Amino acid sequence: MIKSRQDILEIQKSYGQALEKAKARLVVCAGPGCVASGSLLVYEALVQELKDRNLYTTVDCLLEAEDEHDGMLAVSSGCQGFCQLGPLVRIEPEGILYTKVKADGDDIAEIVDAVEVRAVVTHLCYHEPHTQKIVSKEEEIPFYKHQTRVALANCGHVDPQDIRSYIHRGGYQGLANALELTPAEVVERVLEANLRGRGGGGFPAGRKWAIAAAQESDQKYMICNGDEGDPGAFMDRSIMEGDPHSVIEGMLIAGYAIGASEGYIYVRAEYPLAVQRLRQTIKEATDHGLLGANILGSGFSFTIRVKEGAGAFVCGEESALIASIEGDRGMSRPKPPFPAQSGLWGKPTVINNVETLANVPQILTKGVKWFRSIGTPESPGTKTFALTGEVENTGLIEVPMGQTLEDIVFTIGGGIRDGRKLKGVQIGGPSGGCLTESHRDISVDFDSLKKVGAMMGSGGLVVMDENTCVVEVARFFMNFIQNESCGKCTFCREGTLQMLQILQRIVDGHGTLEDLDLLVEVGEAVQLGSLCGLGKSAPNPVLSTLANFRDEYISHVVDKRCPSGVCHNLRRLVISEEKCRSCWLCVKVCPVNAISGSRKEPYKINQEKCIKCDACLSVCKFGAIEEVY
Amino acid sequence: MWIDKIFTNESKGVTPMDRTVLDVETTETDFDPGFLEGVLAETGTSTAALIPILQAIQGKYRHLSQEAIHHVASALRLSTATVYGVATFYAQFSLEPKGKYVIKVCDGTACHVRGSIPVYDALRKRVNLQDGRSTTDNRMYTVETVACLGACVLAPVITINDQVYGHVTPDAVNIIIDTLEQEGAQHD
Repeated sequence: MIKSRQDILEIQKSYGQALEKAKARLVVCAGPGCVASGSLLVYEALVQELKDRNLYTTVDCLLEAEDEHDGMLAVSSGCQGFCQLGPLVRIEPEGILYTKVKADGDDIAEIVDAVEVRAVVTHLCYHEPHTQKIVSKEEEIPFYKHQTRVALANCGHVDPQDIRSYIHRGGYQGLANALELTPAEVVERVLEANLRGRGGGGFPAGRKWAIAAAQESDQKYMICNGDEGDPGAFMDRSIMEGDPHSVIEGMLIAGYAIGASEGYIYVRAEYPLAVQRLRQTIKEATDHGLLGANILGSGFSFTIRVKEGAGAFVCGEESALIASIEGDRGMSRPKPPFPAQSGLWGKPTVINNVETLANVPQILTKGVKWFRSIGTPESPGTKTFALTGEVENTGLIEVPMGQTLEDIVFTIGGGIRDGRKLKGVQIGGPSGGCLTESHRDISVDFDSLKKVGAMMGSGGLVVMDENTCVVEVARFFMNFIQNESCGKCTFCREGTLQMLQILQRIVDGHGTLEDLDLLVEVGEAVQLGSLCGLGKSAPNPVLSTLANFRDEYISHVVDKRCPSGVCHNLRRLVISEEKCRSCWLCVKVCPVNAISGSRKEPYKINQEKCIKCDACLSVCKFGAIEEVY
Repeated sequence: MWIDKIFTNESKGVTPMDRTVLDVETTETDFDPGFLEGVLAETGTSTAALIPILQAIQGKYRHLSQEAIHHVASALRLSTATVYGVATFYAQFSLEPKGKYVIKVCDGTACHVRGSIPVYDALRKRVNLQDGRSTTDNRMYTVETVACLGACVLAPVITINDQVYGHVTPDAVNIIIDTLEQEGAQHD
């Protein structure tokens, strides 16, 4: 049981001492990326290897041990970030990072051998792609060197299933600090820090807290929004799975500040591990007295429940999320009244995103001044991004606000795969926009992105190269939004359908120039006529690509060509004169008799008749049928 | 003649699915009110419990039958229409029974730009799904797309009953399904 700050400090100290007694800590990444590449098998193999050599130890053994120990700790951590090279194993205290470790073969034995003599297994280290230079330390790898980790400070370092590990990294001290202040002072600190909502909108968290704190009510609620639905984003998932205690601590501080005694974490159904971890963490915190009645002897009581979503993107929107918790269809409600005034069951309710809440304990521990020293004056702090798409180093990153796109894509991301050219960056998911090559120097923060028609969004950053068709990407987002529109507002429900049909027409090769103007007109109407953020931002991907990549749209509608070679219906099938042996096979399968020719002469496809069914392509034995974009 | 070979194969409509006859686990279609009682004991009967109750039923029966919806509505004192409304709003619920293997093809942005649709098409072709259907006649496979599984670095990603497969290609689909069928055959 933890009853006071003293208890927290004691756990921190004893756990630290225990770790020092071990010869080393072998931290296997069990983030979603690494698990899918087989890191759980790596972890099991590592534990087995240590047991076979009689080197296996646990924290509990170390706590009891008198002196230094030959034993090694094997820990499975949350996401370490560099998912591209998983499974990852980090050796502490040296901070050596091994990449692409395999469970079968000699990798595990070699690592343990090396740790015993404090050596490095060079072939498992990171190799700089251009120079082939070996970089053994994690902090020196360019991917990590240029990051600043605040929300992800513990992710990949702590053992998410051991509260002591979180406390060892300074956990729950922010809560202890907060409980020594008045609720109003806590709100004041978060306001001063200008912590803006990391879920996308960038609304100051402190303002929401202040509104809810000012309401008179017998009950208030604190909700953590873990309904990370943006396609291409997995930051919140990584925090919930890799550092769940930071979310709990953030919620405790927020709950204390606004005067709530009950909290909910709303998690997407697609994240079963996050649900399981959070439930386990809540139990652990409750068992230690950090949730429940009279927390740290302050008189403040708080409980948290996990609510599983049921698969609806719109539930990431505050009022729809509330409707969903209440057991209703997740449809948005008009604002005002804002949830902070009248939310869950009509009570004042604050909803903060996972990443926002993970920042809160850090602000309370390290101070407002420290927090404001990172990032820009208008957007202090950092932002996490899921860096994916056609970039060399994909993974989970965190950078100070105000970094340029160039820094993110090229310095951290290592540039475009296979030396291809950058075409654009899709930021902010279906609510965001597409930035182009010309935005390389743009400062990535809430306000600068809004100025160019994009949006921070929750932090999906999908890099597109010249082989990605932006028109098709716009159609993809519109299809997504159209499926996810809750159907309440006519403009969102019908307008997105119309936009989707126009875009479909364009990628199918039936678009006209007038369609482009119509897209803008309908898009602006949807923005104006929708109640919630989903509809208001739904046209962004289309409008921003129309503004930034108009040439590409024009190729589709005027020249009927897809320059990126993606849109299937815009290609032509032609027969290579050299390769064709006039075997008649294609003529036989063509359902529309579009192929003609005579013996010993190459055949021809009549483009007017061709329906691009690919029948000829699949039967030609000589590879004579070619696709031309 | 190789020409004959191609056409004879196609005309007979031989697909890998037909060659391996799999024993299909019988789907529980009869709704057991006792099961609902057990769920209600945990969740209570407030409106807020509706989604967790439907999730429990979906988990057990792999779909929400008409009977189940009626039972839930009367237990929570809601109209059948309200329960039906919630059941059809959320993607997690299905009114039709799903297959033994639920294959979700991630079509999030990252997967999409790295080729999730060719993978989806290959899967549908392999398990012989036609028209707008998502579950095979023998209730073996359900193939559906999902917005984002949050494993973007492995794009394109599919999951089969929550087991994740990363960097999937249309060719890999055949290997994956072959493995599933071999496992199924061994099981018998």
